[in-house]
Amino acid sequence: MATTHNIDTRGSAPALEAHNLSVFYAANQAVKNVSLVVPTHKVVALIGPSGCGKSTLLRCFNRMNDLVLDARIEGEVLFHGQNLYDREIDPVEVRRRIGMVFQKPNPFPKSVYDNTAFGPRVQGYHGDMDALVEDSLRAAALWEEVSDRLGDSAYTLSGGQQQRLCIARTLAVKPEVVLMDEPASALDPVATQKIEDLIWELKQRYTIVIVTHNMQQAARISDYTAFLYMGELIEYGSTDTIFTNPTEERTEAYVTGRFG
Amino acid sequence: MKRFQGQRADAASTEGEERRPGNDRPPAARDRRPRRPPSPTAPFATSDSPWRVRRRRIAGLGFHLLCALSAVVGVVALAVLLTEVFAEGLGELDIAFLTSFASRIPERAGIKGALAGSLWMLALTAAISFPLGVGAAIYLEEYAPKSWITRAIQTNIANLAGVPSIVYGLLGLALFVRMLALGRSVLAGALTLSLLILPVIILASQEAIRAVPDSIRQAAYGLGATRWQALRMQVLPMALPGILTGTILALSRAVGETAPLIMIGALSFVAFTPRGPLDQFTVLPLQIFNWVSRPQEEFRQLAAGAIIVLLAVLLLMNAAAILLRNRHQQRV
Ligand SMILES: Nc1ncnc2c1ncn2[C@@H]1O[C@H](COP(=O)(O)OP(=O)(O)OP(=O)(O)O)[C@@H](O)[C@H]1O
Ligand SMILES: [Mg+2]
Repeated sequence: MATTHNIDTRGSAPALEAHNLSVFYAANQAVKNVSLVVPTHKVVALIGPSGCGKSTLLRCFNRMNDLVLDARIEGEVLFHGQNLYDREIDPVEVRRRIGMVFQKPNPFPKSVYDNTAFGPRVQGYHGDMDALVEDSLRAAALWEEVSDRLGDSAYTLSGGQQQRLCIARTLAVKPEVVLMDEPASALDPVATQKIEDLIWELKQRYTIVIVTHNMQQAARISDYTAFLYMGELIEYGSTDTIFTNPTEERTEAYVTGRFG
Repeated sequence: MKRFQGQRADAASTEGEERRPGNDRPPAARDRRPRRPPSPTAPFATSDSPWRVRRRRIAGLGFHLLCALSAVVGVVALAVLLTEVFAEGLGELDIAFLTSFASRIPERAGIKGALAGSLWMLALTAAISFPLGVGAAIYLEEYAPKSWITRAIQTNIANLAGVPSIVYGLLGLALFVRMLALGRSVLAGALTLSLLILPVIILASQEAIRAVPDSIRQAAYGLGATRWQALRMQVLPMALPGILTGTILALSRAVGETAPLIMIGALSFVAFTPRGPLDQFTVLPLQIFNWVSRPQEEFRQLAAGAIIVLLAVLLLMNAAAILLRNRHQQRV
């Protein structure tokens, strides 16, 4: 069974560390004793066949699993050395520092502006909201397309624009880590390309954990790749190693498309 | 996948048709029919015979007509009812009718007391039942633990929505009129009607809250919103049109209620308007009931006039519901 997978994190401190993390949905164990380190300002890709627990693991990193009834978590997730699951930790505060972008674009049925401003508003931001909205939309490479329609409903945007809006909205709260669950799976190649370019950009300032089903995408954008299978972390290492010279038979089979 | 299609084509060609009576197609035509599933190059090719296709169309048309007929029956019945009422009551309608109190002399009688009572009742019932109902719905949907107690409460609310209104009248009599000693007051009546429509408001509000996609909540939580912020800023605004529509429809039911108010002892002859929630009162349906139960033709006409006013109130409320809903949909 996988216990610790050490990756070379020299030169960058760990942003997130999972230690012996297990997640149960009622009696079904979706994540089994996973330990991994997410280095600061790097992109970590989670890959693996459908149902292997990628989303579940990802949700552990900002306590979104708290919202799932009868989900039970064992082990710990350290964020700057602090266990996110300690009793005195407020999950709301956790989500303010560790943002999340979902698989399907899920903008609020409000204007582009209000979507972007929602996070800062709930967190009591008192600065220049217009500037923050513009910065966030620029950071998500959306500003050029929406600058003249900030008041329009987010539903009038295309799917790819909506997803970038969701990213902008997440960036507006200035998180340290951005978790992305298949952010490009509902998008066409052009929109996907934009999101990938964006992730490349964001890496300068954010730590990113991304779930993807697309091997090429994982290879293109990530620094480290974790391969999960049936809830277990089979192999974790630099993306180069995982894709060209994996240790595990199953990893090789999966990344070369022979199963999964 | 292939086997499945094969099976389907098979079933369509053999069992499906031979069992059906009146299949008068010559067997030759049948044998020429391809046995294999339709080829992907002919997207609309179907293994169904023209006869079957026609049959399907006729069935579709028949159902369409049946639905249209039911709609017509409803509309015609309503139209007959309305013409009857309007023919009888339209003559009564003037300002004096609205500004005079009930009277033993038909020429002088009006609905001032009843209309005022109904409006009082409406306002008080809305003020009591809306916050309680929406609060209960929010609690049940968003906060209540999914335990057997919650399920029991949920089942009971659904059942309460089906309890006859006279039973609520009994409850109101015992609880509000006697125990709380509110007497036959507007407040006692409004409390009783609130109990009556609470289940409907709760159920409609729950439905509306549940209809808000979970992805919206997730998005809000993911941006660091607290539970209450997610609820107040995203979920409730999205659910509001549904909640308001449900509430207004429930209130229009309350405005038309008679039995529970008779039960709690509301008067049917009132020559004053309530000046406070503890005053006695009557309402339009009671006034109507009182007038139609009299033998003289003149009172029957007065009743018809009062019915028109009551209908107008109800139509206004429904129009308000539709307007509110549209306004909110546009803002999205
Ligand atoms: N809310 C839930 N309640 C119960 N079981 C769940 C829940 N969410 C996920 N599971 C189960 O946990 C396991 C892992 O699910 P998860 O969504 O993490 O997989 P995944 O790797 O993200 O799959 P995919 O690639 O299809 O998104 C699956 O067996 C799934 O059925
Ligand atoms: Mg998933």
